[in-house]
Amino acid sequence: MSLPKKMKDHAVKHAEATEPHPEAARKQAAQGKLLARERITAILDLESFHEYDLFVEHKCSDFGMEKKQLPGDGVITGTGTILGHPVAIFAQDFTVAGGSLGLAHARKITKIMDHAIKLGIPLIGINDSGGARIQEGVNSLAGYGEIFYRNTLASGVIPQISIILGPCAGGAVYSPALTDFVFVVDKISKMFITGPEVIKTVLGEEISMEDLGGARVQAELSGNAHFYAQSEAECFEQVKRLVTYIPWNNRKKADAFSPIPPRTQLGLERIIPAESNRPYDVRDVLRAVCDGSDFMEVQALWAANIVVGFARMNGRTVGMVANQPMVLAGVLDVDSSDKAARFIRFCDAFNIPLVTFVDLPGYLPGVDQEHAGVIRHGAKLLYAYSEASVPKITVILRKAYGGGYIAMCSRHLGADFVFAWPCAEIAVMGPEGAANIIFKGEIAAAADPEAFRREKVKEYTEKFASPYVAAANGHVDAVIAPHQTRDFLLHALEISEDKSEQRPARKHGVPPF
Amino acid sequence: MTTRHTLTLNDTVYETTLTRKYAHRKPFVPKDPKRLTAVIPGLILDLLVKPGDQVRCGQGLLVLEAMKMQNHIAAHDAGTIQALHVAPGDTVTKGQLLVEFQ
Repeated sequence: MSLPKKMKDHAVKHAEATEPHPEAARKQAAQGKLLARERITAILDLESFHEYDLFVEHKCSDFGMEKKQLPGDGVITGTGTILGHPVAIFAQDFTVAGGSLGLAHARKITKIMDHAIKLGIPLIGINDSGGARIQEGVNSLAGYGEIFYRNTLASGVIPQISIILGPCAGGAVYSPALTDFVFVVDKISKMFITGPEVIKTVLGEEISMEDLGGARVQAELSGNAHFYAQSEAECFEQVKRLVTYIPWNNRKKADAFSPIPPRTQLGLERIIPAESNRPYDVRDVLRAVCDGSDFMEVQALWAANIVVGFARMNGRTVGMVANQPMVLAGVLDVDSSDKAARFIRFCDAFNIPLVTFVDLPGYLPGVDQEHAGVIRHGAKLLYAYSEASVPKITVILRKAYGGGYIAMCSRHLGADFVFAWPCAEIAVMGPEGAANIIFKGEIAAAADPEAFRREKVKEYTEKFASPYVAAANGHVDAVIAPHQTRDFLLHALEISEDKSEQRPARKHGVPPF
Repeated sequence: MTTRHTLTLNDTVYETTLTRKYAHRKPFVPKDPKRLTAVIPGLILDLLVKPGDQVRCGQGLLVLEAMKMQNHIAAHDAGTIQALHVAPGDTVTKGQLLVEFQ
C-alpha cells in the first residue's frame, strides 16, 4: 500500500474509533451530558489535546466479548493544556459499553497516570462509567486496584482532579476519593458505594439515587465533593480556575500572576460587629485583603462553619483558612476539622503558604459530636497545622478561646507570624465561664451573687479578653489595625518565600485518620 | 452472650453479631423542606417574620443565640410562612421544629 493509501486507511480507522455511536450519543445528550470528547475539548485550550492509545483493544474472549469491538476500550486519554498549564487527562466514555472498566481501559488510565507522575503535571480524570466490566471478571478489579495504587503514589506529588460526570459507583468511586479535588454537577453526578437497590434489599430503607449520592448530597452532606456546579459548562470553568492556583507538581510553586490590590476597600474596620456575639461573613475579610478580592472557595457547601480556599497575595497563591461566625457561630466540630485538615495538607504538599483567620467560640458541644469522634477528627487539624512546613501566618480577628485558639494555627503549632486585631479576645475561656469558675466560692458567698458575678465577668473581660496578654507573652507578634492586615501579610509572605524547616527523619507520620 | 443476627449481602445471608452502633442506627428519614428545625441548641432571641409572610431564599427568619453568637437562621428556599413554633425567650433543642412553611 502506498503512503497516500495508508493515510486514507488511517483516516477511516480514526473515524471509526472516534465517531460516537449515534444511538448512544443521543441517550447521553438526553441526560444533559456532553460526550467524553466534547468534555475534553471544553476543558482544554483550543486544539491542545493530543490523544494516545486510540487503537488499544481489550483481550477478553469470554461471554461473547471476542465479537465486541469497543473503540478506545471506553476511555479517552491524552495530554493538553489549560490556560497554558500542562495537564494529563482521561475521560471515560459512557457511550462505549457504558464506560465500563476492563483491563485495557484501566491500563490506558494507568499509563497516562504514570506519564503525569514522571512529567510532573496535574492529572484530570473525568468519571462517567457504569462500573466494572463484569465479563472481564477479576481483571477488571485488577484494573481498579492499579489505578488506586497510582492515585496514592501520585498523592502529594502532582495535583489530581476528579470530575464526576455520570455514575461513579462501587469500588470505582475510590479513585476520585483518593484525589485532591472532586467536582460534581447537579443531576449528573452520582456517587455511592452501594446503590439504592442494595440498601433496600439489606436494610429495607427506600431512598432515591439523588438523595443517596447525588451532587448536592456529596457537596453538602458527605464532604466527598469539593466543587458543585449547576451544569457541565460551569464545572469546567471551575476546573480551569482551580488549575491557575495550583502548581504543576510538588517541586514547583504555583505560577505568579500580576499583583492587583483588592477590588474594593471593603472597610475592614466595619465588617466585624462591635458586639462579639454578632455574626458576619468572614469571606468579606478574606476578599478585603487578597488580590483583586478574588477568593476561590473549596467545599463551600460542606461544614460551612469553616471557610477554606485559594487566593493570591502579591500575585502568589495562598491557601486561606477562616472560622465562619455566620454558620454555627464558627465552631470547630467533626466536619470542619476534617475539611480544614485536608486542605492544609494539600497546601503544605504543594508549597502553598497558609494564611489563617481566627474567630471562634470553641468546639461544638454535643453528644453526637463526642460520639462521632470529635476528639480524633479535631486532632487532624492540630496534626495538619503542626506538620505543615510552608509559611504559616495567622491573623486573630476576634475570639480565640481555649482549645480553638491553639488549634487555629497558633504560634504553638508553629505559626511563623501571629497578628491580632485590637478587638481580639485571646484567653483560656470566655469571660462568663472563667469568672464562674475562678470566683465560684466568692460568688456564692456574696450578698448579691448575681451583681458580684457580673462585676467579676467585667473584670475578667477587661483584663484578659484582649490581645495584650498574649502579646505580652510573645504568643502574638503584633497587634495591628485591620487596615494594616494586607500590608503585614504581604510583607510576612515575601520574607517567608525561602522558609525552610528541618524535621526529624521518618518514613511518614501517623496522623489520626 | 451476644445475640446472633443475620446480614444479607450480595444475595448471601451471613450469620454475625452487630456492632452497637449499627444496631442503634437511625433509619433514613427524608428531610421535609416544609419544616425548618434547629441545627444547634440555643435561645430564641427574636422572630423576624410572622405567619403569612412571603420569604425569599436566604432571608433571615429568626435569631437563635447559641455558642454566644446571635445566629441569623435563614430560609433555605423561597416560600410562605405557615406557622412559627417558637417565641422569643424559648430554649430550643437540636432538631426542634422552629418554622413551618406552606
